[in-house]
Amino acid sequence: MTLRPQQPASAAGASGPASAPAPLVTIDALGKKCPIPIIMLAERIREVPVGQTIAVLADDPAARTDVPAWCMMKSQEYVTATNLETGWSFVVRRSY
Amino acid sequence: MAYFDAASAEPLHPAARQALLAALEDGWADPARLHREGRRARLLLDEARERTAAMLGCRPDELSFTGSGTQACQLAVLGAVTARQSAARGPGHVVVSAVEHSSVLNAAGWLERGGTAVTVTGVDRAGRADLAGLTAAIGRERTVLACLQAANQEVGTLQPAAEAARACQAAGVPLLVDAAAMTGRLPVPAGWSLLTASAHKWGGPPGVGVLAVRKGTRWRAPLPAGDREAGRSPGFPDVPAIVAAAAALAAFEEEREAREPALRALSDRIRSALPQLVPDCAVHGDPAASLPHIVTFSCLYIDGEALVTELDKAGFSVSSGSACVADSQQPSHVLEAMGVLTHGNVRLSLPRDASQEAVEGFLLALPTIVTRLRDTVTGAASGSQEVTA
Repeated sequence: MTLRPQQPASAAGASGPASAPAPLVTIDALGKKCPIPIIMLAERIREVPVGQTIAVLADDPAARTDVPAWCMMKSQEYVTATNLETGWSFVVRRSY
Repeated sequence: MAYFDAASAEPLHPAARQALLAALEDGWADPARLHREGRRARLLLDEARERTAAMLGCRPDELSFTGSGTQACQLAVLGAVTARQSAARGPGHVVVSAVEHSSVLNAAGWLERGGTAVTVTGVDRAGRADLAGLTAAIGRERTVLACLQAANQEVGTLQPAAEAARACQAAGVPLLVDAAAMTGRLPVPAGWSLLTASAHKWGGPPGVGVLAVRKGTRWRAPLPAGDREAGRSPGFPDVPAIVAAAAALAAFEEEREAREPALRALSDRIRSALPQLVPDCAVHGDPAASLPHIVTFSCLYIDGEALVTELDKAGFSVSSGSACVADSQQPSHVLEAMGVLTHGNVRLSLPRDASQEAVEGFLLALPTIVTRLRDTVTGAASGSQEVTA
């Protein structure tokens, strides 16, 4: 029984990772508990130009909710999430 | 010092304490026995059942007391499904909203492992159940039960339970309404087939749950059947605690009109003040359709466990849906289903005697604690760069 019935429409991401250009920066937050992956994302998103993407690798289940929630709170664009062997890769586009 | 965790347990109401002490004197005997002591206990139990049933809008013979709200939910789900699926008919289909209490979700998960199909329907960002999704799901063949709470226990959002009841009635599907968070605070929605509640949420003692099964709703004991509580709940009932629970509900209902607007005013004050006092703070739920006493929010860049601990040191008792605090490594399934920030989460649930002073004290203490924790946790993440992107 999955308790994640419906991803928000925005989370589906029109552009899949295969067709989209690779993120300019990848943050490795594997093994780190929230809020650390979110703090790292907030600190480092300014390393990519506006309009470009940054990836966060994380394996804390809370990141699946907290990365898109952070994007909504901070008006950044949540692009997509893909499964890794352990954890997920979350891609975020810098909006401003 | 302030206790803001009434949604976990409302402090024992004085009416409950008084009734409990009296019933310990008069109601200790086995109510199933025919001797005078047994008859006295029986009388107390029957009176408590009649009072409780009247307040919940059902008949006394529809209502059984259980050992907890969790047990009531388990018996409601398992009993309703057991009655409607069999070897001959094959497994059924159960629909639950994603934000039900864990006791309902765990019972559904238990059924699923035994072959029953389970559909979990979603909620919006405020935590309100997707009525269209739920209505579509109950249309599936062999649907034997739908479950929708009256209000959410973590964010206070009221659910469209009465509308769901109409849809279920039209589809011939029984509906379990878990009213644990709402009972005694707002009128329980009509139209349910099964109803559950828990006495310590309304100022009764812990260890008393309520299961009501509407006449005409099929229900079969999922456990070896006993003869207590109409065969619905096993074991010798705790008559003194049940008497206290009924007394607390009567008092809580009586005080409702005076209490709940006052609690709502305090909740509104917190909701409107938080975004000004704490940067990067999201207040959850729907203030226009919520329980009067619950306010839930999340602060970016803070560990929920640390926040609860610091608030406790400052004299404020709160709960949190963040991972680690919620008894597991997983964050609250309610916050996840809503898609809102799960870290740095706090649920304030105001008890009946919550004061303006206590609320103002909390609003004064919180910003300092949040700033201090953000400094600490940001330093731990990577040096001391400021986080305000």
